[in-house]
Amino acid sequence: MARSDVQLMLDVKAGDDASFDFLLQKYRSPLVNFLYRMVRDTATAEDLAQEVFLRVYRARKQYSPSAKFTTWLFRIATNLALNSVRDNRYQRMGISLDAPADGEDSAPRELPAREMRIDEHMIERDRTEVIRRAIASLPEKQRAAVLLHKYEEMDYGEIAGILDCSEGALKSLLFRAYETLRVQLAPLVAQPVAHRAGEGRPS
Amino acid sequence: MKCEEVEKGLVAYLDRRANSAERRDVEEHLAGCAACRTRAEEFRKVWSVLEEMPTVEPSFGFDARMRQRVAAEPQRGWFDWFVPQSRLAFSAALLVALTVWIAKLPPSNPGTPGTTTATQQQDFNAIQNLGVLENFDVVTKMDALSDLAPAGAQQPDKSQPNDTTTND
Ligand SMILES: [Zn+2]
Repeated sequence: MARSDVQLMLDVKAGDDASFDFLLQKYRSPLVNFLYRMVRDTATAEDLAQEVFLRVYRARKQYSPSAKFTTWLFRIATNLALNSVRDNRYQRMGISLDAPADGEDSAPRELPAREMRIDEHMIERDRTEVIRRAIASLPEKQRAAVLLHKYEEMDYGEIAGILDCSEGALKSLLFRAYETLRVQLAPLVAQPVAHRAGEGRPS
Repeated sequence: MKCEEVEKGLVAYLDRRANSAERRDVEEHLAGCAACRTRAEEFRKVWSVLEEMPTVEPSFGFDARMRQRVAAEPQRGWFDWFVPQSRLAFSAALLVALTVWIAKLPPSNPGTPGTTTATQQQDFNAIQNLGVLENFDVVTKMDALSDLAPAGAQQPDKSQPNDTTTND
């Protein structure tokens, strides 16, 4: 019988490191993907994922199953990712650290609009890159909301718990995020994958 | 319902998580608002475009590095050695070690003093190791049991509603 995440974590708390390995195997890939999409750098994403697991391990003695395990896990991950993105932006752009911590309204977009333009020679890889950049162009909290909603398929209650906001606020956050993506991804929406197959490219 | 009010309900409506009242409100609005209908259709298309995003795999050394870091973590604090069960186990192990040591003591016949000391030293080393090993094992197990006790009282198999609740 498969043990629940909570039970695995209680076993880790009781000194069973094999159970920790079990959780590691189960969540390494979702975490690395989530973090990669948050920070857009594989090495950073892996470093952060390691940090998340290490924090979980270090907190094992104090663990009590008051919330869903994934809520806890992704909450740590989200906070680390947000900090990383902010530190990185600070380094690159010399923005004051006193800038609104929320990053919701005044956050500079990571990418200039020109990079979002797509030309006729677009290939599969570019299509993925456009999606990646569109996601990266979202303010961080919206980005995290979209990733948890679309890729982790979490329910609103859990995402709201991770992002520390109300469900109502989350729904607005998601709406605004998808509004932005609707504009950013319009060229891809207009040109679905299936129609591009033999698009005058030499084979 | 105005367009701005649809903002709160549209995503939940589209991913089928809205309750019936919310759904009805959105449907009513969509029926009479072409702009929001278009938006709703495009949201759906955006979602399917987002699914094209490939997943990445953690690099080859990820697990090894993780295990290494976990192994480097301090395991049990000294404090843990002084909880009652551990102390009891420690005493028991010590008693066993002591008994073995006494049983193996050479009879009080005179021998070369040097040899006796060497033998005793050897025995002592062996017993020291034995003591540490036994002690470690017992303490670990005892601790595990004591930690598990409260969890068992909660009936982990049945009482996992916690697993589905969130701290809103
Ligand atoms: Zn409308």
